[in-house]
Amino acid sequence: MKLNVFYDRENTEKTIELADNSSVKDLLKKMKINPVTVIVGIKDQIVLEDEKLKDKGNIKIISVISGG
Amino acid sequence: MKKNNCCSKNPVIKLPAGERLCKSHFTKYFEGKVFRTIRQFNLIGKKERIVAALSGGKDSLTLLHILNKLSKQNPRIKVEAITIDEGIKGYREKTLKTAKKFCKKNKIKLNLFSFKKEFGLKLDNMIDVLNEKPCTVCGILRRYLLNKKSKELGFTKLATGHNLDDECQSIMMNQFKNNMQASARLGPISGVNKNKKFVPRIKPLYLCTEKETAIYAYSNNLLDNFTECPNITESYRAEIRNMLNDFEQKFPGTKHSIINSFLQILPELKSGFKEQGLNYCNICQEPASKGKCNACRLLDKIKKSKIDV
Repeated sequence: MKLNVFYDRENTEKTIELADNSSVKDLLKKMKINPVTVIVGIKDQIVLEDEKLKDKGNIKIISVISGG
Repeated sequence: MKKNNCCSKNPVIKLPAGERLCKSHFTKYFEGKVFRTIRQFNLIGKKERIVAALSGGKDSLTLLHILNKLSKQNPRIKVEAITIDEGIKGYREKTLKTAKKFCKKNKIKLNLFSFKKEFGLKLDNMIDVLNEKPCTVCGILRRYLLNKKSKELGFTKLATGHNLDDECQSIMMNQFKNNMQASARLGPISGVNKNKKFVPRIKPLYLCTEKETAIYAYSNNLLDNFTECPNITESYRAEIRNMLNDFEQKFPGTKHSIINSFLQILPELKSGFKEQGLNYCNICQEPASKGKCNACRLLDKIKKSKIDV
């Protein structure tokens, strides 16, 4: 399946291809993002790592790290 | 915590023990943790005038939001905000707007000061003439102004949004750089000697992770846009942060272990590095470990380099 993913840290929207029945965890792994450092939202609803992803689904990855 | 189906239907977090919490139960859990931290470390007395250092980022907004709730429950606790505009182009304007909007909406007094007005230069211009890392200059001058202004305005406590991740990073940085004296000044409350020049600093989010704090801020609609200081990539802290996050992912609980072991040795550290009498800067009369405080040392360098130019 193909997913549209917005990653706020890079301010870019990417199309990511994943196997059907993949989870949020699989998506982060594919994008090489450490789950500790982000929150994932689907249609403005926070989802956990084991949530299964459906086609396209308006996914947003929000970075939680800050400070210098 | 009593839970309903809501937590299994729409969880926003999975706690380390595996428990899932929905937005509403997580909010209660998070606020409960902050209030417990305040009690456990005796951060706030019965009557206080607290000023929260507000950058406009998720940590300080969360902090101020919860302190404001506390103040509403207890009228003897007064809460205001203090913001320092360092002058970082493309970043501070956005967070400043968020800070102002939040204070206006919640009827919280915002005390605003800037590097430009207090020191004559914005941080961006200071970096051009100083051979120092931006985070070093920013940190020294921001802490200097926060303490000085909080004291001048008569506050009894200065609250900061430092979370568990921030503290872990500081502990490890000091360890790697063999600077245990700096670690002795860490902890959930610091600057509590009877020196009139110091406003005690408290960290009510001490036991909350960065991710928990972000989930609280976003799910309570405290902010919606991501903003990161453009200088962060240059810092040693960022390297330590990435290392700790890699460890946390591989070995969950690492950060809590660092904090818990640090809290065990902190009393020893504090007594081992007890301030040897109090010194004051011979230029500005603010507290200093040597003859000249770090802020005046930097400002002096700026002055000299301007003359050279």
